[in-house]
Amino acid sequence: MAQDAIANTGYQEVVSDWSGDRQAFQVPWGKAMMWIFLLSDVFIFGCFLSGYMAVRVAAVDPWPNPAEVFALSFGGDPIPLILIAIMTFILISSSGTMAMAVNFAYRNDRVKTATLIFITAVFGAMFVGMQVFEWTKLIVEEGVRPWSNPMGAAQFGSVFFMITGFHGMHVTIGVIYLITVAVKVMRGDYDNPRPGKGRYELVEIAGLYWHFVDLVWVFIFAFFYLW
Amino acid sequence: MATAEGQQHPISVYFWVWGLLFVLSLFSYMVDYFQFQGMLRWTLIIIFMLLKAGLIVSIFMHMVWERLALMYAILLPPLLLLVLVGIAAGESDYTFLTRLAFFDEVTEFTGHH
Repeated sequence: MAQDAIANTGYQEVVSDWSGDRQAFQVPWGKAMMWIFLLSDVFIFGCFLSGYMAVRVAAVDPWPNPAEVFALSFGGDPIPLILIAIMTFILISSSGTMAMAVNFAYRNDRVKTATLIFITAVFGAMFVGMQVFEWTKLIVEEGVRPWSNPMGAAQFGSVFFMITGFHGMHVTIGVIYLITVAVKVMRGDYDNPRPGKGRYELVEIAGLYWHFVDLVWVFIFAFFYLW
Repeated sequence: MATAEGQQHPISVYFWVWGLLFVLSLFSYMVDYFQFQGMLRWTLIIIFMLLKAGLIVSIFMHMVWERLALMYAILLPPLLLLVLVGIAAGESDYTFLTRLAFFDEVTEFTGHH
């Protein structure tokens, strides 16, 4: 790119990219738009988590201990947070397979890309399935409601359903998104015989969304389940 | 750096990050499993969380190979959330103290716990 000759290091590059009435981001437009959408999503989850902090600090009743609430027993003693730990590992694995998919997409390996995206979607569906199990257990067996629960501070339920529900919705939408992308890759929609004209950046864009869902879970895991 | 051909990096990079994310998740789970409490717990949770988030954003989402213009546009605005957190923390402390001062049932609730 010609403008790189003028200034291409550090802050000079930023000034150069943002000035001169031209494209600021040297990436495909879809990728820039996905990043900006994800930035807005950062603020949504940021507001949820800050709100969670506010109601937890202001709660006068003791906050229920997540390690006990989310413990699960396989016949023996209950293991604290075990389901949440498994869900975390599943989501990380799905991020790994997605990263592989993006890598094979840029190598124009149609079958491997589609397979890996599909595996990612399966991991995502497993995650949502476990979340459904978790919600059911909490609602039916533990009697947790958005307005009250038997363990302590009433705010626990509303925060839990709000945050994990919104995240679960993101995962669900992501699974649908990934399946459509996998089908398109498999059909060869992104192939183009002309060199450099393939549209495999669309796989990377879907990957950005998926990694973001994993990223949000990192924060939820830390602040809601472990804190 | 991103080119017309897109982000191409050796697969080993992804396997390394994948493995690190597993190890870090295991560590953060261990924080709860071994029941670390207080400052040690919170510090460890935050450290592991930030390391995981950093790895995901920089390597899996390729941010480390993007131009600074994109990095700044995406990574700087979320810092504003720290202002929100600060305001909310002060406000909720006030709410907590007000509840203690004015609600009688509070003593009843905290009394038996």
